[in-house]
Amino acid sequence: MTIRAQITDEGSSRARNSIVELAGVTLVADVSGALVWEEVGLLVVSDLHLEKGSSFAARGVLLPPYDTAATLGRLAAVVARYNPGMVIALGDSFHDRLAHERLACSDREAIAALQEGRDWIWISGNHDPALPDSLGGVVATEVAIGPIVFRHEPTGVIGEIAGHLHPKARVATRGRAMERRCFASDGERAVMPAFGAYAGGLSIRDLAFAKIFPQVGFMAYLLGDNRLHAIAAARCC
Amino acid sequence: MSLLDQPELPFDEPALLPDRFQKWFAGRGWSPRAHQLALLEKARDNRSALLIAPTGAGKTLAGFLPTLVELSGDTRSRAASWPLPPYTVSSPSPLVGEGRGGGHPDAQSPLSPSRRGEGRSSVQRSRGLHTLYISPLKALAVDIARNLEMPVAEMGLPIRIETRTGDTPVSRRQRQRRYPPDILLTTPEQLALLLASDDAPFLFSSLKRIVLDELHALVTSKRGDLLSLGLARLWKLAPEIRAIGLSATVAEPDELARFLVPQPGGKPLSADIVVAGGAAPPIVEMLDSRERLPWAGHTARHALGEVYELIKRNKTTLVFVNTRSQAEMLFQDLWRINDDGLAIALHHGSLDVAQRRKVEEAMAAGRLQGIVCTSSLDLGVDWGDVDLVINIGAPKGCSRLMQRIGRANHRLDEASRAVLVPANRFEVLECSVAIDAIAENAQDTPPLRTGALDVLAQHVLGCACGEPFFPDDLYAEVVTAAPYATLSRENFDDVVEFVATGGYALKTYERFARIKQDKQGRWRVANPKVRQSYRLNVGTIVEEPMLKVKLVRSRAGGAGSTGPINRGGRMLGEIEEYFIEGLVVGDTFVFGGEVVRYEALVEDQVYVSRANDKDAKVPSYMGGKFPLSTYLAERVRKLLDDGRAWGALPEQVRDWLSLQRDVSRVPGVRELLVETFPRGTKNYLICYPFEGRLAHQTLGMLLTRRLERARARPLGFVANEYALAVWGIGDMSFMIRHGQLSLAALFDADMLGDDLEAWLAESALMKRTFRNCALISGLIARRFTDEEKSRRQVLFSTDLVYDVLRKHQADHVLLRAARADAATGLLDLKRLGDMLARIRGRITHRELDHVSPLAVPVMLEIGRESIYGEASDELLAEAAEELVREAAG
Repeated sequence: MTIRAQITDEGSSRARNSIVELAGVTLVADVSGALVWEEVGLLVVSDLHLEKGSSFAARGVLLPPYDTAATLGRLAAVVARYNPGMVIALGDSFHDRLAHERLACSDREAIAALQEGRDWIWISGNHDPALPDSLGGVVATEVAIGPIVFRHEPTGVIGEIAGHLHPKARVATRGRAMERRCFASDGERAVMPAFGAYAGGLSIRDLAFAKIFPQVGFMAYLLGDNRLHAIAAARCC
Repeated sequence: MSLLDQPELPFDEPALLPDRFQKWFAGRGWSPRAHQLALLEKARDNRSALLIAPTGAGKTLAGFLPTLVELSGDTRSRAASWPLPPYTVSSPSPLVGEGRGGGHPDAQSPLSPSRRGEGRSSVQRSRGLHTLYISPLKALAVDIARNLEMPVAEMGLPIRIETRTGDTPVSRRQRQRRYPPDILLTTPEQLALLLASDDAPFLFSSLKRIVLDELHALVTSKRGDLLSLGLARLWKLAPEIRAIGLSATVAEPDELARFLVPQPGGKPLSADIVVAGGAAPPIVEMLDSRERLPWAGHTARHALGEVYELIKRNKTTLVFVNTRSQAEMLFQDLWRINDDGLAIALHHGSLDVAQRRKVEEAMAAGRLQGIVCTSSLDLGVDWGDVDLVINIGAPKGCSRLMQRIGRANHRLDEASRAVLVPANRFEVLECSVAIDAIAENAQDTPPLRTGALDVLAQHVLGCACGEPFFPDDLYAEVVTAAPYATLSRENFDDVVEFVATGGYALKTYERFARIKQDKQGRWRVANPKVRQSYRLNVGTIVEEPMLKVKLVRSRAGGAGSTGPINRGGRMLGEIEEYFIEGLVVGDTFVFGGEVVRYEALVEDQVYVSRANDKDAKVPSYMGGKFPLSTYLAERVRKLLDDGRAWGALPEQVRDWLSLQRDVSRVPGVRELLVETFPRGTKNYLICYPFEGRLAHQTLGMLLTRRLERARARPLGFVANEYALAVWGIGDMSFMIRHGQLSLAALFDADMLGDDLEAWLAESALMKRTFRNCALISGLIARRFTDEEKSRRQVLFSTDLVYDVLRKHQADHVLLRAARADAATGLLDLKRLGDMLARIRGRITHRELDHVSPLAVPVMLEIGRESIYGEASDELLAEAAEELVREAAG
């Protein structure tokens, strides 16, 4: 797998993204956690977990109810930056089955505005196996474009881009440590970081990743403040 | 602290002390002390009182005497203060009315089931709780109970004494609620739990007295806030109660005495103060080391031989150090030279509990000659006959030091003996002024806290778990607690709103409310689950997430190996999770008295193996919890400023300061000395605020931001208790000389505005502070019911909440609570602000060719201590480059 760091001209002048080549296709891994296939005008985000706050609130944990607006705000920013013709939300877009019913009007409108003038695909995930038409867009269990297949739960096949696992990685040097969300890839398949404001993470050293990446030498692309950092998963802790 | 440690004092006051008590005192060859009688007098006059007494003054007995006398039935005032019959005869519960006749026959047995709710006079109980004793340590409560039993038994007093701690079995706790003892010894958390039950009015309506032990220690933390709110509740339930506070000497006794009486609003009100006299002044010396005094470091290894000799020459020596890792290191070093096979043990808070108990027992039995310990032995129970206290390193504050010294020789009329061992030259200055301060009996305990809003939130939920409350009533009650006396109604309402629905500007959680208002406007808990969760999560001690450390055999293959490790190792103790997070496999650190190698982390267990290295690769000195007190800092600056006073200092230190005066300047009392000089390829800026490591660390964060903007290209900084060193690529001397960098602007107090805001957005310290508030306030639970545990994803990262809340509701009550904590806690913002105001217009700059003598200590910390600075993109970039280099090499 080849990675080249590049400075993109769009948007924030300091934002640096990584070019990821996957199964022969060139993709841009954005520092926001989105993945862009410029050739086909596609932008992918995974695990938005909208309305996770209210989901916890219903169980007595009154998390601030701003997570949906925060997540959609960041999504709007990256969509504006790339202006893709198609957006794929790679599953677990809503935190639970009834989450979409709890959407505030303003958030509902924000989603509609994002969908305006482009194709929108909701891939269903384990948290949101069924979504109503009223949300706009198309609901699918997976999407294949050329050699790439997009689905929520990774199976490990070549050319697969999935989410579900919320990869994060921790790097430590000289007694200091830093933990970030990350993309995980070995050049044949990739797992995307969760995009949602309240989405937690699973260490890429977890066994779940070893099951997907047959070789030890897969990479983590950590979402830094201004750029992505490619670090061997084995180096992370 | 020991009750029976009571030498003779010629004093007699028969009117206050019944015959039985006088005989008991006489039988032991004692007579009551003046302060003990003074407290009896306060009790007779129905006054609350604060007793200030040194250790060994018979403080605890003094606190309980009024209770014992009242319960003995011997006092003339008994009819007024204690109308109920002795406890062996049961009387009907006041819960169901005033009637005293017609007791139920079953009620004679304290084990008979409760009949509450079955009818008016069906509930029976003993005469009710008379005295509540609160201690910061559960071990202390248990120890005091044991000590109290003796006079009670010897005088044949009809008094039942019980303890209630987290370890008390549920069955006993339930029994205590129905059939309370006369005296209940417990902790602030258990009091909160008792108050949050329906039984509270029943249980506490009979209460007459409350005894608060080690009050000086309790009030400095959020536990003190919680306790004060509990007291306010008790004043409401039993308006007649009188409090006795027991305290070591403090800087502001009047302020502390407010804690004991309901604040009337407006002018603060204090309880009466009784001061015990007669303590022999301690004999405190600084070790006059024959060895060369180190420039930096905290281990005092240079004085190891001398410390060992001191231990050898005394019966039992307590060796206090400031941090766990120092304790580890010193213990290891002492054993390395322990040719005489002295019984030297180690005691600190993260050792395995069983291991700690073993050490304590051995100490009580007089089997130990030396105990290396941290603040884990600062408070509490007497473990034996300690004849010498050694304090290694910085004293940090004179009141704290005095407490430690008091651990030696718990007899009032004999002087405690202590030796201070400074570990470096700056600490010599600190030890020297601390000895002067002790001679003058000066105190530097912190001022009384302003009650925290997160603790109030916990209390409000607790109240709703008991009887429903009207907000007006609860507000009126809360402001009677001294720490909350100035709480605004607005803040109170915000807290209630927070408890109910989270207090968000976006009102979407009404239907998920945890507490709800009924038609009359009373708040009550919304469902039983909320009550259950409250009970599980009560308390304000947020423990740092800890991992268990297990010693295993090293794996062959070294770092990177994924082979299985032998899991059946010996448990060494527990370590902070954040420390382990900073390690990579193969790193070495000191733990359990030896250098160990980090092998693996599996769930909540850290596997380490024995390393043969003499020194650990990763230092774990974090400076201890307490920064240098403002008071001692001020005295150190005065000492530096007054060249004539240097005569009392060791020659090496004198020479060091003289040299500083010659090549640079010795900072004046109110000024800030800033030095700049080049060294190697970098340029350094050193300043000497003397405000403690926490404030310096915050200053370092903010200064590097400003230097970055000024294009001085800073690379890092390191802080100690006295100074801050920043280094970078830009030539700061040149920039200052040519007016490109203004020191006045650099150190302007406006750094506490936007720069602080920007830093707080990402500061790990601030996130930790916020996390504590989120846990204490009950936003996020720490402990779960079994049912909740079985559901996954109960845990939630408070960092994510912090980020979102900051952006969308910056003035939220939890952020305000976190902000208030940051002012005095990990960020020490208040002290930084005071310092910036103090030095305004008083910055003196010296441009030097090379490092100055005063700068050497902090410069030596570079590379030795972990470099402060928030981990950021640079750290990730570094790790990525490391990989590139490896690949190329």
